[in-house]
Amino acid sequence: MDWIQILSNTAESILSPVTFAFVLASLGLALHFGFAGLLNFGIAGFMAIGAYGYALSILRFGFPWWAGILVSIAAAIVFAILLGAPTLRLRGDYLAIVTIAAAEIARLLFLTNTFDDFTGSASGLFGYHNSFREANPLPDGFYGLGPFSYSSTDWWVRIVGLSLLIVVIWLLWALTRSPWGRVLKGIREDEDAVKALGKNVYAYKMQALIIGGVFGALGGVVYALPSAINPTVYVTSLTFFIWTALLLGGAATVFGPVLGSIIFWVLQAFLTNVLPALTQDGAILEGLTSQQGSTLRFILVGIGLMLIVIYRPQGIRGDKRELTFVK
Amino acid sequence: MTPVIEVKNLLAGYLPGVNILNGANLYANKGELIGIIGPNGAGKSTLLKAIFGLVNVRDGSISLNGEDITGLKANKLVAKGVGFVPQNNNVFPSLTIEENLQMGIYQDPSHFDQRLEFVVDIFGELGKRLKQRAGSLSGGERQMVAMGRALMMDPQVLLLDEPSAGLSPVRQDEAFIRVSDINKAGVTTIMVEQNARRCLQISDRGYVLDQGVDAVEGSGRELMDDPKVVELYLGSLGA
Amino acid sequence: MSNNEPVKSTGLHIGDAKPGVAKKDPILVADHVTRSFGGLTAVDVEHLEVPRGAITALIGPNGAGKTTFFNLLTGFDTPNTGEMHFDGKSVRGMRSHQIAKLGQVRTFQLTKALSLLTVLENMKLGAGNQLGEGILKSLIPSIWRKQEAEIEERAIELLNRFKLSEKKDDFAASLSGGQRKLLEMARALMTNPSLVMLDEPMAGVNPALTESLLGHVLDLKKEGMTVLFVEHDMHMVRHIADWVVVMAEGKIVAEGPPDSVMEEQAVIDAYLGSHQETDLGVVTGRVDASEGGEKQ
Repeated sequence: MDWIQILSNTAESILSPVTFAFVLASLGLALHFGFAGLLNFGIAGFMAIGAYGYALSILRFGFPWWAGILVSIAAAIVFAILLGAPTLRLRGDYLAIVTIAAAEIARLLFLTNTFDDFTGSASGLFGYHNSFREANPLPDGFYGLGPFSYSSTDWWVRIVGLSLLIVVIWLLWALTRSPWGRVLKGIREDEDAVKALGKNVYAYKMQALIIGGVFGALGGVVYALPSAINPTVYVTSLTFFIWTALLLGGAATVFGPVLGSIIFWVLQAFLTNVLPALTQDGAILEGLTSQQGSTLRFILVGIGLMLIVIYRPQGIRGDKRELTFVK
Repeated sequence: MTPVIEVKNLLAGYLPGVNILNGANLYANKGELIGIIGPNGAGKSTLLKAIFGLVNVRDGSISLNGEDITGLKANKLVAKGVGFVPQNNNVFPSLTIEENLQMGIYQDPSHFDQRLEFVVDIFGELGKRLKQRAGSLSGGERQMVAMGRALMMDPQVLLLDEPSAGLSPVRQDEAFIRVSDINKAGVTTIMVEQNARRCLQISDRGYVLDQGVDAVEGSGRELMDDPKVVELYLGSLGA
Repeated sequence: MSNNEPVKSTGLHIGDAKPGVAKKDPILVADHVTRSFGGLTAVDVEHLEVPRGAITALIGPNGAGKTTFFNLLTGFDTPNTGEMHFDGKSVRGMRSHQIAKLGQVRTFQLTKALSLLTVLENMKLGAGNQLGEGILKSLIPSIWRKQEAEIEERAIELLNRFKLSEKKDDFAASLSGGQRKLLEMARALMTNPSLVMLDEPMAGVNPALTESLLGHVLDLKKEGMTVLFVEHDMHMVRHIADWVVVMAEGKIVAEGPPDSVMEEQAVIDAYLGSHQETDLGVVTGRVDASEGGEKQ
């Protein structure tokens, strides 16, 4: 087992665009669930809308990359309104059901042959990077520090991703610290009490759904920035990975999702490298094939999620008094 | 004379590490009507539920006629002759009154008809509506059915959790009179109540529970007249 | 600590005291309000006027429709027919938060102290017209900081009055049942209401706390607010209510000052029972008549 290689690969995942995408999506989910109490089980759908909105506006309509980002934000807003309008006046369970369905519908629409010309269906989308790469101010070449060495393009992707991340973190922090955030936390617990104080609960919930959805879409954009869009990524298990990262870090906090996502991806990278190595002769998982060993990590994620929900629902950074599933 | 129920130094609670009962003591002799009053959060309902095996007992003991029953589950206690009437969710709404009463005696179905006669005797009016769905009954009527169900097993001791809660004044008075009648028919009764005044008026002996311990004990009349009890627990408004 | 006996308001009505009687200065008027669920008519109120600046009690057996009627008046439910006017303005069809903004605030049977917020946050939530609650304005603290400080000052003042200030930074979950009732009432006052509607404020409250809660309700009247409350505690009703409305089976069956209404035979039969002033120990024969009896 080449530990140096394993640790190097693992460390690298901290600054990977996938991790950034996760952080963005889980920040969106933190606003939805941690602060507003909305049960969104379709965050993968928002990510897909963001990614496809970005790539399609560049490829099919010739937009420059930054306009592509604006389009994906707009698409997320529309998607959120479509989801929220019928469900936000009803019990939370309805939003949960509708979001799972909507995310699947979105994915299948992107996957179907019928729109192949437009969406690329199963092949996905690629080749939308020109204007993005042209905007790169960094010098050409390959540079960095230790495991954190990338090409110029890769650095540009990370810088843009990190910038979006910082803006989103600031937004979430500012919103939840304000009186607006306070109303949201009240709604999370008891809508009727908040209505009786004169607040338009429906409007607040819709605003939260939209903003959180936009965060998720930006996550999808960052996911798409490095290379290509693959529709098989935006499945329900992606949603549950993000839930795991969120709950692990602390759903009702601003830095919880950041911490949770990083830990999640570091662990995933670690396991992806370690598990196959453990199936070699003489090691613990000798009987399994390398492929099976690798898949074991999904089982571990599932078990991890269950353990968190049962024993520490407030996550690492959360306050037990604030977030508990025990009534 | 061995008390029917004797509780010694009971420590119990719901959440780990948090005790609601902090060493509570209580005893009930055969045929007595015991009233338990006290402020919110004092542990009155918890004490009753602990006796009935619904709450984890962490220390102390509970005995039934001298036999240790600490930690026994509720179904065993019903078989031993302990009846419990909860405050809420006390009937099966989708079942008829008759079926609810059957549920009360499912451990000993052969005696159903005999006990039914006894229960209907106490709640005359219910006897005429046995086929009515319990879900369509008012709060006071459900309370009656719940009590009837607990009586089906011919219990030696009946535990009542706030029998007058949520009832209008006339129904409350009826409930208290009914409890008194049941007790006079020979059933030792322990009742937790928020309406301290009415509760003490019909109790033989009473306990004031405060912060998880029995703070004051005495006969119903003694407690009603005790100025300290009046000031702290009864309030001077129409006490 | 002896309370000054409440000064009752009189002369609130015009004409004979019977169901639907007009009031000299009504703050709330309901006309032909009905609400049915399936085949069951829960509320059928021909006419009701609630007098301004007084304390009105709404009593009646369970299932009489009191809470349903409350929900209709406050916009938490929509009537099948009828008109409702608050301060002269029609509120039929308005949503609950809109009616609340007009100056009507209500509490709930099962206390809704927001346990996941601190006591102080609960209070601040109650204030209306907060600039910081707008989504865009919330991002710029300098816009709402000053108002927030004023709100906090008002909140602490109220908390002092309700003797909850020591707990201001604790989560509301750590309050006892009685303290939560006080918090809900204090929070309702943050909305600067003109009409305060309390749904069974004494339910589950230890008798010793009842006096203090009653004192707070009386203070509301002293400050010019109108109070409408639902209750089963007849001593409370007799003690502080200026006017009593009796509901049974969805309809209003009696109206008037507490002493006269509570003597009407129909009300006694359906609701109060004839043992109001007697000792049940005597009634059940457990106690000699000489030993028992109500102490006043």
